[in-house]
Amino acid sequence: MQTMRVPKNKGRRGRPPDESPAASLWRRVDVPSAFAPARQVEDRILAHCRRLAYTDRDLFALKLAIEEALTNAVRHGNQLDPHKSIHIKYRITPHRADVVVEDEGGGFNPAALPDPTRNCRLSCAGGRGILLMRAFMNSVVYNAAGNGVTLTKFNDAYPRHAGLLKAGSPEKRCYQ
Amino acid sequence: MPQEAAHLKVSRDGEIMLVEFTAHRILDEANIAQIDDELTALIEAEYRPKLVISFAGVDHLSSAALGTLISTNNKIRHHDGQLRLCGINPQIYEVFQITRLNNLFRIYPTVKEAKESMAPPTQAGAQ
Repeated sequence: MQTMRVPKNKGRRGRPPDESPAASLWRRVDVPSAFAPARQVEDRILAHCRRLAYTDRDLFALKLAIEEALTNAVRHGNQLDPHKSIHIKYRITPHRADVVVEDEGGGFNPAALPDPTRNCRLSCAGGRGILLMRAFMNSVVYNAAGNGVTLTKFNDAYPRHAGLLKAGSPEKRCYQ
Repeated sequence: MPQEAAHLKVSRDGEIMLVEFTAHRILDEANIAQIDDELTALIEAEYRPKLVISFAGVDHLSSAALGTLISTNNKIRHHDGQLRLCGINPQIYEVFQITRLNNLFRIYPTVKEAKESMAPPTQAGAQ
């Protein structure tokens, strides 16, 4: 008889994450390009991660990164055009969360952005969203057109996964 | 007597203004723009403004909120004033560390320590 493997580390509230196939979620949602509808999708993603016992730190990181990706899509990608849409795909499993955010803009080259942590740019008000996404996610990958980004966060309750891509590791900085 | 604004609670201790956020999350772009307006009004109403901004109770903020803080810092410096931040929880402090803004702002654990850091220097030889 096959037994369900339970990780040693437990998630939030001391519960082991639910590893049943039914716990996983895969969705594609198209929403009007505005902050309110985009944030409703963000809330659904976070609620599912919470049900799967993602740690508080994971939830903070996911909220921050998804918020930045959605803001970039609405403001910079779709340039606040209410006739455009944002296309969100997400796959949430007990082990990892992958969130894809695409806008209908012309895209940009993330590698061309100046480093906001340089002393000469510390007093500049903008340009920190992508830095924060990269810092808090295990992986941040832009598509070739530069109008879509895939965020990946491993559930820290699974140390075997969380250790794969540590903050600042070369693998973590493999952007396209 | 504290002044209630839409997004900020402002109280005064002598020439120091203590600013607290009324929301737990500083994320929404429209709200951040209003916070920026309220902070600008506070700064421009003062000669050499001294502001302590407390993050007690704030559990999320975005890069746009950081932009508003930087803009506020620039305005205060332009007015020859002083800005202190305090009460930042560890997760949000990590955001300041990643962006290296902990090098730009003077950050203290408590309101008391932030206020004390603004005390005028005692004159050498004073009794």
